[in-house]
Amino acid sequence: MYAQMVESEASNDDPEKLAEFQARIDADIKIEPKDWMPQGYRKTLIRQIGQHAHSEIVGQLPEGNWITRAPTLQRKAILLAKVQDEAGHGLYLYCAAETLGVSRDEITEMLLDGRMKYSSIFNYPTLNWADIGAVGWLVDGAAIMNQVPLQRTSYGPYSRAMIRICKEESFHQRQGYDAIRKMAEGTPEQRKMAQDAMNRFWYPSLMMFGPSDKDSVHSAQSMAWKIKINTNDELRQKFVDQTVPQAEYLGLTIPDPDLTWNEERGHYDFSEPDWSEFFDVIKGNGPCNVDRLAARNKAWDDGKWVRDGLLAHARKKQAGNLAAE
Amino acid sequence: MTRDEAFQQFLLRMGDNTLILGHRVSEWCGHAPVLEEDIALANTALDLIGQTQMWLGLAGEMGGGKTADDLAFLRDVWDFRNVLLVEVANGDFGRTLMRQFLFDAWHSIMLGRLLTSSDDRVAAIAAKASKEVAYHLERSAETVVGLGDGTEESHTRMQAALDYLWPYVGEMFVSDDIDAQIAAAGIAPNPADLRDEYDALVKRVLAKATLTLPESRFAHKGGRDGRMHTEHLGHLLSQMQWLQRAYPGASW
Repeated sequence: MYAQMVESEASNDDPEKLAEFQARIDADIKIEPKDWMPQGYRKTLIRQIGQHAHSEIVGQLPEGNWITRAPTLQRKAILLAKVQDEAGHGLYLYCAAETLGVSRDEITEMLLDGRMKYSSIFNYPTLNWADIGAVGWLVDGAAIMNQVPLQRTSYGPYSRAMIRICKEESFHQRQGYDAIRKMAEGTPEQRKMAQDAMNRFWYPSLMMFGPSDKDSVHSAQSMAWKIKINTNDELRQKFVDQTVPQAEYLGLTIPDPDLTWNEERGHYDFSEPDWSEFFDVIKGNGPCNVDRLAARNKAWDDGKWVRDGLLAHARKKQAGNLAAE
Repeated sequence: MTRDEAFQQFLLRMGDNTLILGHRVSEWCGHAPVLEEDIALANTALDLIGQTQMWLGLAGEMGGGKTADDLAFLRDVWDFRNVLLVEVANGDFGRTLMRQFLFDAWHSIMLGRLLTSSDDRVAAIAAKASKEVAYHLERSAETVVGLGDGTEESHTRMQAALDYLWPYVGEMFVSDDIDAQIAAAGIAPNPADLRDEYDALVKRVLAKATLTLPESRFAHKGGRDGRMHTEHLGHLLSQMQWLQRAYPGASW
């Protein structure tokens, strides 16, 4: 889940219009950019789609960290293709956000000055090669849990972006699993890398779904609007249930001594992540927050002359074309 | 040198160019000036790594059953046969794109000739690669024009990039005994024979970019014969080859 703790906005709109709007959503009729929508719906969606888009962009950094050290040409190619896909996802999502009346530059500035967030997961470092497998398997795996239902979300452009994104994400997850499987089946050093990656990424992956819904005041409105389809706890449970047998197959130990199959519930019981750590990361105190944001700011600042140059050229060309007419 | 040995050297020259440039371009991942450039740079790097797998794959077959990975990850600096142009550090975005353009222009002309190589395997690689490189050239040329003829700052930076990189261009057109042997066998053209076409193409684009071609024809050399690489290559290899060197024999 790349959007966490998105606050939904209250709406002070005409009650009749609101009721009509809700009726459309309840009837599963998609809301399109030119349709009337409550201000709160618009603002909440901008926040949610923006956060997702920013996560794709910042997410390039921990993976890019290993592109130049990928151990084979094939692995390098797979990783490059994945990071390219993610930048592409960022692009679709920024376009979806633009249909709600916010430009890509505006929303980018909000990321860069800290007004908007990206997923907490990308504030964790990638320290060994198995981390790249773990990111694909666990992080993309967790993201897919949320994104698959969002294909049915009420806002048309968002739903269509999700349909495209989900196809690529499930491919990434399979590749990630394949990469970590190779490590788990490899030399003792490779197994150690795989277990180390598992130990570091397990709880941060569980945190991706956000805090328990009991503590989430915004979920109800977002769920009524169908911009959130399942509760955080439902998705987290689903993720754990799916992942435990995969870890067992790999022979990797999940760092949770209390993890057990609960016959009665038909689900695994598992330990909650340390939520104080999660809130620290959200506040900016994760291991990589400062560096990630600094890297994005540097890219943006260093690239200003390029953007300005290309824009100036495009204007000259346009002026030339007009003069020629 | 036997014909097979010369052929292998030719393949290494092609594959090391794409390997090292692909690596350099991939260093930009997540740091480009605008999202579209992140995507385009990753795409270019990906194409170049794919071409590397084909060139070095064939070079490995010729060289006693080595794999493309053996060649990429287990040779030292003196065994690399790429031109110096592709190993110099990225510099700013302008230098990276200028280098890409100067290389793409040569690459597209070279691959065009290789389409009719007497060796079917070479012709087949060129058929696939030339489609990709046509796009690389279109994009790098457009960007060089846009930034050269953009703002005063972008113009100054692009001119500085051209001035810095121009002395590395000549090496792509130096012919030696290996080239002569390969050309005689009809496998590849003699590099020197590509220069006129290259100059015409580069001049056309640089004129549109309002940039001034340096007059000097001085050329740094030493990459494609491995005699003397730049200091940059060792650092690049120490990063690229680290896992393979630190954990020999592991399968990834």
